[in-house]
Amino acid sequence: MTEAVKTLKVTIDNITIDVPAGTTVLQAARMIGGDVVPPAMCYYSKLQGSGGKCRTCLVEVSKGSEADPRPMPKLVASCRTGVMDGMEVKNMTSNRVGDARNGVVEFLLLNHPLDCPVCDQAGECHLQDLGYEHGKQGTRYEFKRRTFEKHDLGPYIQLHMTRCILCYRCVFTADQLTEKRVHGILSRGDHAEIATYIEKSLDNNFIGNVIDVCPVGALTDKTFRFKNRVWFTKPVLANRNCSCCSGKVTLWQRGEEVLRVTARKDQWGEVEEWICNECRFEKKKTSDWIIDGAAPVNRHSVISQGHYEHTIKPAETFSAVMDGRNPQLLMDIHTVSEVNDPAIDLSQVNGPATSALYAKTDKKH
Amino acid sequence: MATLTNRAKVLEQKPMSFMERLYLPAILKGMGITLKHMFQKKATIHYPEEKRPFSPVFRGLHVLNRDEEGRENCTACGLCAVACPAEAITMEAAERLPNEEHLYREEKYAAKYEINMLRCIFCGLCEEACPKDAIYLSETFAPSNFTRKGFIYSKDELLIPNPVTNKESFEAAKGQREQQLKNK
Repeated sequence: MTEAVKTLKVTIDNITIDVPAGTTVLQAARMIGGDVVPPAMCYYSKLQGSGGKCRTCLVEVSKGSEADPRPMPKLVASCRTGVMDGMEVKNMTSNRVGDARNGVVEFLLLNHPLDCPVCDQAGECHLQDLGYEHGKQGTRYEFKRRTFEKHDLGPYIQLHMTRCILCYRCVFTADQLTEKRVHGILSRGDHAEIATYIEKSLDNNFIGNVIDVCPVGALTDKTFRFKNRVWFTKPVLANRNCSCCSGKVTLWQRGEEVLRVTARKDQWGEVEEWICNECRFEKKKTSDWIIDGAAPVNRHSVISQGHYEHTIKPAETFSAVMDGRNPQLLMDIHTVSEVNDPAIDLSQVNGPATSALYAKTDKKH
Repeated sequence: MATLTNRAKVLEQKPMSFMERLYLPAILKGMGITLKHMFQKKATIHYPEEKRPFSPVFRGLHVLNRDEEGRENCTACGLCAVACPAEAITMEAAERLPNEEHLYREEKYAAKYEINMLRCIFCGLCEEACPKDAIYLSETFAPSNFTRKGFIYSKDELLIPNPVTNKESFEAAKGQREQQLKNK
């Protein structure tokens, strides 16, 4: 005898959906999709126990359930609230939620350094998106922002503690993907910081995934550091036969150079399949990969600028017209320009470029 | 022929009158106009010696700004390049080394910064996009050149003179507008 799976009816922003028991409000909203989905900075569907920390996903429950139709007195975190039968939830349609979310964003940005021009996450940063949608123009904070002593997390991962919003995603990632977690959150309150207790580098083979789960620029790829802005690189889906992970990744290319490798991300900005450090940090050549085609990019994202995905290049007819001769008609920009020098392969440089790298090939005209 | 609008004027081609056939009065009239203009305000100026004041919204050649300690403002954030409708701006970033703190204001700086003046349309969107007050359009024209190669401006050409070591040219590069603001 098979028992029918019990489904619960939930209404979010006047859209009703049947969901299985045990679903949270946020998951139900994601099943509906579109604008009713509350933003989430700390919740990550692939990480157990994540959520409930950032408070950006607050929603108003205007009817508790069919059995107890009283509204919930306070706004609740949708990532941690289970769905009840007949529940009615207001997200976009509630003024209280909008106000609360503006407040939450203001709190998240209290100590955020706003160094987006320097930060490598800019362009794909969830906090940027959130601030853009819900944030205020100015700040009311009058005190010094918190700063930290710099911790070195090894050759692959760059930590910028001032940017951290303490979402704990990286801690859960290390707990659930690696055998032994060596980093965590130390101290309390304003002093709470991501660190390894005694200077240790993060070197587990799957620890690179903390870069992808980080919603802000606190943990970034050191091998991509300052190489290029995200929106000038071209995301391409690629795969390779990897012995320890799925090998399905997104390459971020400039020309033929692979500047960065990340896991593929779904529409919620979550990793589809975890990838290993070898794929992420070591395979920085196009020849290492089998290209699957252009990665889908939201048309409203800055990353979609300048990719001209469906353009068709007209065939070059000069050599046919000129009896096989191929005269140089256009100036070769590299004879004048020093940017994107073919003599320097940035993807093969470990860590950020410095003046020492460019001094070698400096040509003054 | 039927006309569409009835606004066409039919030119009369009458034979010239006696006064017109004399020619001299018409010539004298023309000379009079010429003479009148000699005493009127001149429309032109002696350019290199004399210069017109720039309008407050004039957009000329780009300048990469420095702060008052002479450090470069630009952090190579790429916002000018993404705002540029002509795709004239390219750059490459680098990390500041510990001994370069007097040269660059922030952790990241533009190691290479180029503007293709052949592409640039002087719209000023780069200036508006810049979060660091690093690029602005000055009160100079882009000088002419015989070759195309001379129009790829690199950081050497674009950077403003150092205000610590070369204060006078720094002030000059800042332009008249800045000084007028100061005088007010």
